[in-house]
Amino acid sequence: MSGAEFVPLSLTPLLIGVFAAVACALPGNFLVLRRQALIGDAISHVVLPGIVVAFLVTGVVAAAPMLLGAAGAAVLAVVMIEAIRRLGSIEPGAAMGLTFTTLFAAGVLLLEQSDTSGVHLDVEHALYGNLESLIWLDAVGWESLADPSALAGLPVELFRVAIALVGVAGFLWVFWRPLVLSTFDEGFAQTMGMRTKGIGLALVVVAAIAAVASFDAVGSIIVIAMFICPPAAARLMTNRLEAQVAWSVGFAMMSAVLGYVLAGYGPIWFGFDNAVSAAGMIATVSGVILALAALFGPCRKRLGAPAV
Amino acid sequence: MLWDALTLQLGYNATLVTVGAALLGVAAGVTGTFLYLRKRALVSDAISHATLPGVALAFIVMVALGSDGRNLPFLLLGAAVSSWLGLLCVNWLTGRTRLAEDAAIGAVLSVFFGFGVVLLTVIQTLSAGRAAGLEGFLLGSTAGMLFNDAVVIAVGGLLTLLLVVALRRPMSLVAFDPEFAAASGVNVQRVDLAIMGLAMAVTVVGLKVVGLVLIVAMLIIPPVTARFWTDRTDRMALISGACGGLAAWAGAALSATAPALPTGPIIVLTSFALFAVSLLLAPGRGLLAVALRHRRFQRRVHMRQGLLALASGQPIYERFTLNLLKRAGLAHADGVATEDGKARAAKALRDEKRWEFVRADQAFESAAAMYDGLREIETVLTSDQIAEIDRRIGGPRGVTV
Repeated sequence: MSGAEFVPLSLTPLLIGVFAAVACALPGNFLVLRRQALIGDAISHVVLPGIVVAFLVTGVVAAAPMLLGAAGAAVLAVVMIEAIRRLGSIEPGAAMGLTFTTLFAAGVLLLEQSDTSGVHLDVEHALYGNLESLIWLDAVGWESLADPSALAGLPVELFRVAIALVGVAGFLWVFWRPLVLSTFDEGFAQTMGMRTKGIGLALVVVAAIAAVASFDAVGSIIVIAMFICPPAAARLMTNRLEAQVAWSVGFAMMSAVLGYVLAGYGPIWFGFDNAVSAAGMIATVSGVILALAALFGPCRKRLGAPAV
Repeated sequence: MLWDALTLQLGYNATLVTVGAALLGVAAGVTGTFLYLRKRALVSDAISHATLPGVALAFIVMVALGSDGRNLPFLLLGAAVSSWLGLLCVNWLTGRTRLAEDAAIGAVLSVFFGFGVVLLTVIQTLSAGRAAGLEGFLLGSTAGMLFNDAVVIAVGGLLTLLLVVALRRPMSLVAFDPEFAAASGVNVQRVDLAIMGLAMAVTVVGLKVVGLVLIVAMLIIPPVTARFWTDRTDRMALISGACGGLAAWAGAALSATAPALPTGPIIVLTSFALFAVSLLLAPGRGLLAVALRHRRFQRRVHMRQGLLALASGQPIYERFTLNLLKRAGLAHADGVATEDGKARAAKALRDEKRWEFVRADQAFESAAAMYDGLREIETVLTSDQIAEIDRRIGGPRGVTV
């Protein structure tokens, strides 16, 4: 595979996939430990109505209003879940399921009602993403990486996902200690004077940012899979949190690269000429990794605690 | 137009859809009740997403065997097999590894769904054009429902409902007290699997009506709605079934009146409307009832404290308390007690004294447990007992040095 083919066609989707995977897997570590793993699922469903409303209000398919709409919807969903849980004293799982299905249904209805047939806005796109089409047309080979005029033509999604990744990593770096403490021993963290509620909310907001930034590039399947599968697999590999985060980053990158390659070239090896969905393949590979970790991981058993 | 749709007069096809959807709604509502009581509502999310690879594989198998590939029962069979596999994965991950249930659910739903999407793209390349309609499983496609499909859905919904009725006793036992159920000889694991299996059946049958993303709503929202209205399992299942059936009936009818109203989302939103109404208006647990109860409680506390303040001659600065006393004719605007107020205040002070005595005496232990600072002592003790207490407290005494 030469640079002339690889750089324009595969480099940017691969990078976007890797960045999105890592950006989701990082907060996913804490969500899995806090038993909030399904927040990622909920957020990626409610992003749809946010994007549709943003489109209906502005009338254009532009990145900024759509990101704002998606983030607004995510916040609305979090508030709604909490309100339903408190006001109706309803079990958190049911409150979450109720909220995200309703908002998703509203999004689908709005989509069908509005005349969006002319634009690239449909449910399948929201679910699968369009990773394969984020190619770098201006590139001619490896030398383009040093060519400013070619670099200007990089897909804008690459920058968005990269910024989200930096933001997520920065958040974890700065708030590492309060995050760890409030995750493992909330009561102790409170006696230390930490605002555990605020930290929890900040974590969800950061997760939402990662989800929204990745969502429009790679679709919701990868987002949900990357929030849960790499951290869950990493949790079965080690008992130390730092090591778990490192494992999860490794697993996320591995899923993204392997999944992308398998989706693009796997069918050719089997004698078909069409590629399959990269987003779906990345999710599948992350599932295989999790299955292997669950079967052979060194720390897969729950020791000393009663089975819940 | 809407009335015609609701009364099944909008033609053969719309009637099929409406009746089929309503039956499914009832089955989903009743089944979802046990899922909710067992705190497993979100397992349905994993089940529904895990149907996609099964549908796609069934389609591929059928095309490979040379048929058209759009045979609903066979597609649903594929969905059932793969969602059962997904369910086993969730069970295995939670039981045999240290992953919590939510992580297991999320992992299964994303991985199965991702694999299903991979298979869908394979189908698109295998047979261009013939896969049309398969994507309807994502969001439901009731408009294209044929008579045979409607029969499959109606019979499936009915069978599920009958099974739930047959299994309702062990299922409610396990939902409320798994340990007691196990001690009285119920196989908890098998009942759990039965609940999951029924949820799976509803999911698979409902795929065609609302699609795999939204079927979760039909299993979750009606039970939550029903929970506001009752504390009894059997009634909750009935109300939940009624809510589910009503939402599906109204939703399907509504969507039949206009082409741009997709059935699945409309059913979900109708269901949510029922929930919202219950959240606000249900007696006992509804927001309005809770607010009214809170307000009443607040009044009683302020009234009581105000009376005690009057009795000890302290001035009342609190506006709300003063207003309450004024409106009841117990105090003047400047906070001075009326004749009526003086009597009531003396009585309140006397009662406080009696309570003090009751709480100090071991003999009145059970009565003392009822003390909350508001309860009238007459509602707890008989007049003989009160007289006895008054005798022991004695009348007003002078200050002794």
